[in-house]
Amino acid sequence: MTWAILMPFILMFAGLLYMGFARKIHARIQKRYGPPFYQNIYDVIKLFSKREAAFHGGMFHFGPVLSLTGIIMALMFLPVGGKPLFSFQGDLFVLLYLAVIAPWGMALGAGNAENPLASVGIARALTLMLGYEIPFFIGIIPIVVRTHTTQIVEIIQLQQINGWNVILFPISALASIIALHAMLGNKPFDQPIAPHEIASGPLVEYGGKYLGILQLYQAGAILLSTGIYVDLFFGGASNVWMFFLKTFLIYFVLLLIGEVLPRFRIGDALKFFWKWPLGIALLGLLVAVLGGVR
Amino acid sequence: MSGIGKTSRIKSLWVTYYVTGCGGIELLPVITSRFDAERFGIITSATPRQSDVLVVSGFLTTKTLRRIIRTYEQMPDPKYVVALGACTINGGIYWDSYSTADKLELYIPVDVYIAGCMPRPESIFMGFAHLMAMIKGDKADGWKRYHENYKWYKKNQDKALGNSKKWRVRDV
Repeated sequence: MTWAILMPFILMFAGLLYMGFARKIHARIQKRYGPPFYQNIYDVIKLFSKREAAFHGGMFHFGPVLSLTGIIMALMFLPVGGKPLFSFQGDLFVLLYLAVIAPWGMALGAGNAENPLASVGIARALTLMLGYEIPFFIGIIPIVVRTHTTQIVEIIQLQQINGWNVILFPISALASIIALHAMLGNKPFDQPIAPHEIASGPLVEYGGKYLGILQLYQAGAILLSTGIYVDLFFGGASNVWMFFLKTFLIYFVLLLIGEVLPRFRIGDALKFFWKWPLGIALLGLLVAVLGGVR
Repeated sequence: MSGIGKTSRIKSLWVTYYVTGCGGIELLPVITSRFDAERFGIITSATPRQSDVLVVSGFLTTKTLRRIIRTYEQMPDPKYVVALGACTINGGIYWDSYSTADKLELYIPVDVYIAGCMPRPESIFMGFAHLMAMIKGDKADGWKRYHENYKWYKKNQDKALGNSKKWRVRDV
């Protein structure tokens, strides 16, 4: 029970380490030495020790807190090698619903930032969300249809009997992993925070503590999105270490793919999502429904 | 501030490079693969709101000086200023030009000077190592001095830039 309560914070800490590892890999690809893998922990502690200079109204300050709250709430529903804090019939939908609260918080906060770049960034983030959420949700419908359950723990148990869902529904898994790539903000889909175009987008007015909170949110979001994917398609995990191993492998592979790709324009990204992953997801749903009729 | 908080401040310096004068070409090897400042935690921040260090490079015209002051005032405390090149110390080769401000320290508090025209990337790293040592010894207190002596700095700024109501957003 204690571990289940502490688990969201452990996951956010692990997410910081994942981000540090990503920076290291990024540096090695560019033939640099790179920062130590625990660099992001230094960054967050430093950001929390700074004073805030900007004031843009109440929602500007409340937005990051809402983001962090949303991500902690969502992480409480995520099975990490065992039963999570909350587990009941239908918690898959609750989890997916709560995962959307965090970007909303950032949108509300950045929308009040009185900076055009923040508005552009948040418009891009919400447009991109419209692109990747639909293929992701359609990609996980076959699992619910086949297993007749919407409890993540039961889906994991059924996978340990019947085999992993990535083997049972390879087409849906492909559509979902493309959506996951965008959820992580990897390279072809990093328009919302593109530092060279719009100066880190929604974060442009945030500094100090609020940026620290948003970094923690980002760290939690990495573990949340890869964790959902591992739990639904890669058979979950029997213990915490297995969970971290699987999520890290997926994160690592997607990172390597992202590092060698340039960035889409936002319109092209949406066009891509509504053409390829959505098409693949619908095909996967069709195949699953036709194959599931017995 | 001591312990892990101070270590984090030393190990994670996010920098805004203000390079309208010159020396931008010396800073590119510093942040890219040749010298790789990121291994010390020194990265380029996207906006002044997120940064800790302001690197002012090269000569200061009266036009850029306004932007430097605005940039400096947007950064959250604690913040540090690194002045790069001879022109920020005493005007350098532009000491008698009609459009330049000679001494940067009259307008914003400077923590570290890196002399040279232009300094090599190695000397920029020496300057940052010096800044880290100063933070460790609580000597990089330029942001405190700015708050304490704001009247003096404001007087100098007004003298160089004219009527402050036209360009100053608000007092610090």
